[in-house]
Amino acid sequence: MTTTPPTRTYDEVRIGDPLPDLVIPLTRTLIVATALASRDYQDVHHDPELARQRGSKDIFMNILTSNGLVDRYVTSWAGPAATVKAIRIRLGAPNHPGDTMVLSGEVAAKRDDDRCVDISVTGTNSLGAHVTGTVSVRLPQGVTSR
Amino acid sequence: MKGVADADHAGRSDYEERLQAFVGRELNARTPGPDPVNQPMIRHWTAAMGDANPVYTDTEAAHATGRPGVVAPASMIQAWTMRGYGASAVSASAPGRRGFDELLELLDAGGYTSVVATDSEFEFVRELVVGDHVAVCEVVESISAEKRTGLGTGRFVTTLKTYSDQDGETVATQRWRTLRFRPPEPEPEPEPEPEPARVPESRSLRPRPAVNRDNAFWFEGAREHRLLVQRCAACSVLRHPPGPCCPECGSLAWDTVEASGRAQVYSFVVNHHPRHPAFEFPHLIAVVALEEGTRLIAGLTGVAIEDVAIGMPLILDWLDADPDLSLPVFRPAATETN
Repeated sequence: MTTTPPTRTYDEVRIGDPLPDLVIPLTRTLIVATALASRDYQDVHHDPELARQRGSKDIFMNILTSNGLVDRYVTSWAGPAATVKAIRIRLGAPNHPGDTMVLSGEVAAKRDDDRCVDISVTGTNSLGAHVTGTVSVRLPQGVTSR
Repeated sequence: MKGVADADHAGRSDYEERLQAFVGRELNARTPGPDPVNQPMIRHWTAAMGDANPVYTDTEAAHATGRPGVVAPASMIQAWTMRGYGASAVSASAPGRRGFDELLELLDAGGYTSVVATDSEFEFVRELVVGDHVAVCEVVESISAEKRTGLGTGRFVTTLKTYSDQDGETVATQRWRTLRFRPPEPEPEPEPEPEPARVPESRSLRPRPAVNRDNAFWFEGAREHRLLVQRCAACSVLRHPPGPCCPECGSLAWDTVEASGRAQVYSFVVNHHPRHPAFEFPHLIAVVALEEGTRLIAGLTGVAIEDVAIGMPLILDWLDADPDLSLPVFRPAATETN
């Protein structure tokens, strides 16, 4: 039998609640594998020489992956019954191989009418903020499920 | 000369007009992705992203959360309509993408040959299930004036992508901004630099303390790894932070004593934000009560956040942050039993 992990309920989540940090080592393999898994074959995401010719110091993570990691970060905190209603991100410092990104977040807003919770998220690497944004998830009702 | 300048100016405004003519235009008509939503591509995605949410791959888990079957990660929607390897290997234009290719040609002609995505704003109407077939349509919302950015000079192109299913129903929208820029000329190989001062790589310097005549003695002591406490020369009451006048008796005469280094946690905070690049995060900061009686604010080291407690015994250590800055830090004192 599969045990499905619990999902946070709308009522137990409070504005200001922090999410635990998620540390993501930015290996070259991660950057290439995620680009290909998102069907993004732009050379700057896998070819260091061409990336340099185009003005970067090395290959860098594609935005589809930044979206995917932010999605993973919030839904792994919220639990599997949560549904993602919005992901809004802005990119800053690129994620290059060899660096580390730390995702952190907190509950920024709650909307009773549709049980949606906004999580503000920041992913920081050694150059600064790689990604800043907000993920909205709809949570189940109930006082507690944990 | 004037004629040349005028022609140049006319050329530029003509270019601007041709560029702005794309605003409101459909860059590509509704184009279905090459494959319907399917389990193998979802599995590749979740494996690469390190996403262990079972509802993406385990039907039973999906049912347990009230879903009809496995769903695709919301963030994956753009992947279903990516052109894939074929698009970069073959330059031939795909049907339905004329507007897109024309805009790219025009941007290339303006020298904006490099691209980087800067913003993505998704709104999701519903989750995608295996068998859904997603199509995308993209309309230009705006093209900015030329801007100078850290990457090079370029223009921000903002579009709205509308994703729809096999029935033509919208499943998601995405406001999408890319910077189309002119890469700067690559710099010549730099001369090998002389041995740099020993500062940890890619870590900036800590902010400088505001040193003045009243507190300079304290920072000088710190440079010699001596933690000093100011003492009133008249009534012998200790005080910190340093100041010119005894708060107890009002005397301006003072000297110092050196602290033993034995202390305990009076209170503490964990700093997550804002992140100054000189520090490691999360950053543990404590109000430390010295056994002499005064308190000071200092970093804690050698202890996990969950192990810090008020009243915890501490012992003084020193942090030589850089050649000009040494600061006291405190670590847990070893107890008799260990």
